[in-house]
Amino acid sequence: MIRRKLEENFFRILMVMATIVVAGSFFLIVGTIFYKGVPFMSLDMITKIPGGGFYIGKEGGVLNAIVGSLYVAGGATILGLLISIPVAIYINMYLGSRNFIANGLRVAFDVLFGIPSIVYGAFGFLIMVYFGIRASLLGGIVAVTLLVIPILVRTLDEVIRTVPKELRDASLALGATRWEMSKVILRQIRPGIFTAILLSFGRAIGDVASVLFTAGFSDNIPTSLHQPAATLPLAIFFQLGSPVEEVQGRAYASALILTIVVLIITVLSSILAKRFSKNNIG
Amino acid sequence: MLALTILSVAIVLVIGIGLYLKSEPVLSNSSWWELLTSSKWKPLKGLFGFFPFIMGTLWVTGIAIIIALPLCLLTSFYITEYAPGRIKRILVPFVNLLSGIPPVIFGVWGVLFIIPLIQDHIAPHFVEFSTGYSVLAGGIVLAVMIFPLIVSIVCEVLNTIPQELKNASLALGATKWETIRKVSLRKAKPGIIAATVLAISRAFGETIAVLMVCGNNADVPHSVFDAGYPLPALIANNYGEMLSIPMYDSALMFAALLLFIIILLFNIISRVILARLERKLAL
Repeated sequence: MIRRKLEENFFRILMVMATIVVAGSFFLIVGTIFYKGVPFMSLDMITKIPGGGFYIGKEGGVLNAIVGSLYVAGGATILGLLISIPVAIYINMYLGSRNFIANGLRVAFDVLFGIPSIVYGAFGFLIMVYFGIRASLLGGIVAVTLLVIPILVRTLDEVIRTVPKELRDASLALGATRWEMSKVILRQIRPGIFTAILLSFGRAIGDVASVLFTAGFSDNIPTSLHQPAATLPLAIFFQLGSPVEEVQGRAYASALILTIVVLIITVLSSILAKRFSKNNIG
Repeated sequence: MLALTILSVAIVLVIGIGLYLKSEPVLSNSSWWELLTSSKWKPLKGLFGFFPFIMGTLWVTGIAIIIALPLCLLTSFYITEYAPGRIKRILVPFVNLLSGIPPVIFGVWGVLFIIPLIQDHIAPHFVEFSTGYSVLAGGIVLAVMIFPLIVSIVCEVLNTIPQELKNASLALGATKWETIRKVSLRKAKPGIIAATVLAISRAFGETIAVLMVCGNNADVPHSVFDAGYPLPALIANNYGEMLSIPMYDSALMFAALLLFIIILLFNIISRVILARLERKLAL
């Protein structure tokens, strides 16, 4: 009896410790980034593009990378939405939620979701070589779009499935076509679409491997789709590899910027998701 | 809509075919077997042996799973069985936040925190000298990256186990831990396997974080303190020069193809297990 009690307590303590390690790793990471990044943070970092001699420690900021990242992530999310909303509707409205093919498609998108970004990057690079496009904003957006489509489709799919069946039946019963019914559903899931957008944007803005080959790097803010664009994660990666201390410091500061942006996006999306599940009828 | 759906799913096929066509030149030069088992990596002479990189990937992934799996299982049991509602409400968001952190941030953290930790505090106890850039560092960083993935899936699976089953065990006088070990764990086994396979495939393909902390040395690692050079890091590191050396681009695309095939298989296996579980519960 005592042995069993000891065993119970031993494992309970072990579980608490494991939980502390897992949840604590988040604080450890964010803490490290803040601790190292804050001393190098300045207004110049987010308002200026790299000046002459930026990479040997002279003045400038990473505005080029911030704007580049916003362009790439924004462009990819918009393009991804245009593709994934029809797909999610097709899976749910035309095939039905429990259909065999629909379930197969869901598994397929989950599998696509699991494919690493470096493979999308390499594939994007192949497409670009094939069409003769040089590393540019356009190439980056295309590669990242491939990356976010599975996220968008699966999130939208989950959201659409929460819409009560009665609502669909009611609109069908009033003589609406499936397409008209889909429009009703789309109105209903509007907050869910925002959640999907935030999730995809968060993934897109933080990813390196897919833009490494495709978007290139530039010290200027791109003014057309055919110019190369810097991205924030890539800027962090390059600066960290520099032997100059000042430049390394900027990498920490850039990491801080990216972390804050991503945390805000994640928190916003989880708040939205919670709201959504509360306001939903049924 | 049908066209878009087919198109977006067909991307899997197109990627596979595209990568295969591109790696054709290197495949016609040497066989699959040679490419996979040779350790001679001399791009300038046209020798492409992927063995060191495959071993690098396996080491890093293996270490990550060994660290992450026990921790994540214990955490999931704590969250689902023990934690009071209040603590659960605080804990779960942090796991979600962790999953939102981009890979490059994990890499920076690895360089700033894990590398010095290994160099100054862990390695000196075992080996004479280590820079800290090692497969161990890669494994630790990857382990933290896959925490949220394993915890969220295993928690979901554990939540589906009927309360009656656990109650029956508890009523027979079993302690909570005994119930977990003999009832929950057994019932959740397929789910746990699926989560592990998924985590392995995630760790396999992770690029930038590993690239930053692994040391990138094209030798087969022999201990956890040796530097390694995983496949994704190889692709990412050499894209700049790949067009200037003949066959090099083809070899790198072969590396991408290899990653793609392995991860595709792993993903299909785990997703099919999970989808089956879900369907079983829906009935």
